[in-house]
Amino acid sequence: MEITRRHLLVLLPAAAAAWKFVLAGTPELAPNYTRTEHWWGMLIDIPKCIGCGSCVRACAQENEVPDGYFRTWIERYHVADWKIEKPEVESPNGGKQGFPPNPESGGKNFFVPKLCNHCADSPCTQVCPVGATFVTRDGVVLVDKTYCLGCRYCVQACPYGCRFINPNSNTAEKCSLCYHRITKGLTTACCEVCPTGARQLADFKNPGDPIHEFLRTHTVQVLKPHMATGAKVFYNGMDGSVR
Amino acid sequence: MAGKKTSVFKDIEHLIRLVLVMAVGAAAFVVVRAAVIPHSFGQYGHYRGDAIAEIAARPIAFAGHQVCEGCHVEVVEQKKLGKHVVVPCETCHGALANHADDPASVTPPKLDTAVICARCHEANSAKPKTFPQVVTADHSGGAACDTCHQPHKPGIEAAPAKVAEGKK
Amino acid sequence: MQIPVEGFMYPNEVELQWSVLIVLYPFITGLVAGAFILASLERVFRVQAVKPTYRLALLTALSFLLVAPLPLQLHLGHPERSFEMYLTPHRSSAMAMFGFVYLWYLMAVLLMEIWLDYRRDIVLKSQSTKGGLRVFYRVLTLGSANISERSLRIDERLGYFVTLIGIPSAFLLHGYVGFIFGSVKANPWWSSPLMPIVFIFSAMVSGIAAVMLLYMFSTRLRGRDIDMRCLDKIAQYLLYTFVIDFSLEMLDLLQRIYEADESFRSLDFMVHTRLWKSQVIVQIIMGTVTPIALLGLIQILKLTEKARKRIYALAGTLTVIGIFAMRWNVVIGGQLFSKSFLGYTTYKMGFATREGLLTAIVLMVLPFLILWVMVKLLPPWPDADCVSVSGAEPAHGTS
Repeated sequence: MEITRRHLLVLLPAAAAAWKFVLAGTPELAPNYTRTEHWWGMLIDIPKCIGCGSCVRACAQENEVPDGYFRTWIERYHVADWKIEKPEVESPNGGKQGFPPNPESGGKNFFVPKLCNHCADSPCTQVCPVGATFVTRDGVVLVDKTYCLGCRYCVQACPYGCRFINPNSNTAEKCSLCYHRITKGLTTACCEVCPTGARQLADFKNPGDPIHEFLRTHTVQVLKPHMATGAKVFYNGMDGSVR
Repeated sequence: MAGKKTSVFKDIEHLIRLVLVMAVGAAAFVVVRAAVIPHSFGQYGHYRGDAIAEIAARPIAFAGHQVCEGCHVEVVEQKKLGKHVVVPCETCHGALANHADDPASVTPPKLDTAVICARCHEANSAKPKTFPQVVTADHSGGAACDTCHQPHKPGIEAAPAKVAEGKK
Repeated sequence: MQIPVEGFMYPNEVELQWSVLIVLYPFITGLVAGAFILASLERVFRVQAVKPTYRLALLTALSFLLVAPLPLQLHLGHPERSFEMYLTPHRSSAMAMFGFVYLWYLMAVLLMEIWLDYRRDIVLKSQSTKGGLRVFYRVLTLGSANISERSLRIDERLGYFVTLIGIPSAFLLHGYVGFIFGSVKANPWWSSPLMPIVFIFSAMVSGIAAVMLLYMFSTRLRGRDIDMRCLDKIAQYLLYTFVIDFSLEMLDLLQRIYEADESFRSLDFMVHTRLWKSQVIVQIIMGTVTPIALLGLIQILKLTEKARKRIYALAGTLTVIGIFAMRWNVVIGGQLFSKSFLGYTTYKMGFATREGLLTAIVLMVLPFLILWVMVKLLPPWPDADCVSVSGAEPAHGTS
């Protein structure tokens, strides 16, 4: 069939639109993953956490985290009676090998897993001088390690202490919400191995995600709300003593 | 009149030269910047657009329990009979995406139950009261946990001796 | 981790992020801003008495400004990527914007002012020297040998204007460094609207004291007499600035103690233990109260010239040490306590490492070496042999 000018008039714009769509970004990730269709966060259910440290170990393995640095860690709290502003907290090696035996201790005791809160109004992103750390359109705060200068301003700016400098690359690093997994339909490494379901990945833009019902029926908090960071990691059953 | 005009020009000539030097410098900067700046910068925001794909392309270490369950059907059936049905495989067995990709050549290591089980089940007052926990020194006297317990179906209904013949 | 921790720190907080090099950086830029303000006292505010130190102050400012980026480069994980701050500056980042403030101050203010003031001398030297030096001066002339009356008058006018812009630029330069710390909401030791102001005034104090000491030292070295009228005036300005600086710091402290918010108990404990020597003893007692008392004494009592010189030397030295201690207490102090307010860590400073004490010492000595070279190439002394032989002073100051 001859290709007439009329054909071209239809084909060319269509081809251009298709090419633009191809370039628009989706083929780099999983074939069906569109960033604007997701808004990621996490739910941490404190009464369920047993401090086994599986999450810390899994994260270290999945993301090649060097020893002595932590993308996620667990804190053990001991609150004596009404002394809510002076808890005793410990985190031996971030809780990586679990916690030492401690069958009896008075007061109130519980575990708090911590990680990057993937803040919607992220202070670490605000201070990065070059744009090496950024918030993606699906709500994950990432670090571009080929662009990072290692100035450490972001580490200072994070109120939660979740950032560190990787001694192997001399760049800033932190929890990436296992972006390489969640964009392929998997869950994060820490949520995958949690034996009690204390950690659950949440996609706020997915109407079928159980997070919506959970938030509606439970009392939740974020860490350091007075910092107004727009933190997206929600803690169920979090005590007022948690720092 | 003309003489006075050129005289002024002569007296500010050094300033004009300075301005020229600065202009050349600024132009050089603009040219160098265009050449050196990463081409995907600014694509989605103030960052290198290619970084997203690079991060998303990182290798995966944990396969996820659905993948394990695809092959190890008999373990799935066994787990369904006990409390550990909710515990994902890789929680105890470690990251095994490489085994899932090539089961023949990658053999998962044998686990040391004395270490692994204690991480969850060693008594700690910070653990939820309803969670099964023991002081292992008193509980087993140092014996490995799988002497009596079958990890995929950990509950013990009868006396310890009978359970020991359970499958691994 | 061999770093001793008291109480609880978030696991990633134990190791300090910003080292002694980041203490050096605000100290050095502070000296720059302070020296420049002293120079501008004569140029803009017509304080004739301090004229002998005008050019010296400018050269001091330049020597320190050239060294200022070095501690930053040595501290970066990837110094080879530092140019990214000029390629893709993130406009919301105080650190990124500071790169441009630095560039502006260096090019449009300091180099401009020095060039305009020295141009006549540069042109004369480009004609009277030989060899490599001649090439150097020729380049500095930008190819123009015009030093007619009118061109010098134009330079003088323009120089005045540059100094006028230079004063707020100097405030911006160092106030910005204060803002880099003061805008970090995550750190209560740093986060304060007062921070840029405190940094500016302590910068002025350190800069004035440094130029005062350099003037005394270099005059002695050259075997000349110190202009006491000049020195007394500088010391007076040092005293005034110091009183303002001290008041601001005490205001911050008193407010903190009174309000006693969540962070206070932790910070208070830190000051009483880990920062006791550096903050209370060195910064406050030795480095602030003592120099203020000494300088104030001179305003009240009539002391001999010799006594005054000795006191100025002592007060100046204590001041410079005290301001360094202030930078240390801000930068290092801000990282010694946990953001959970439940613990404290320790700063382990290396010696011959990239960010160690030896590096810091070398970086502090370097500006003086640069200054020495500059003083040889562009003599700042009013009675230097190749300038103003006919009695015609460098053009400024009289218009």
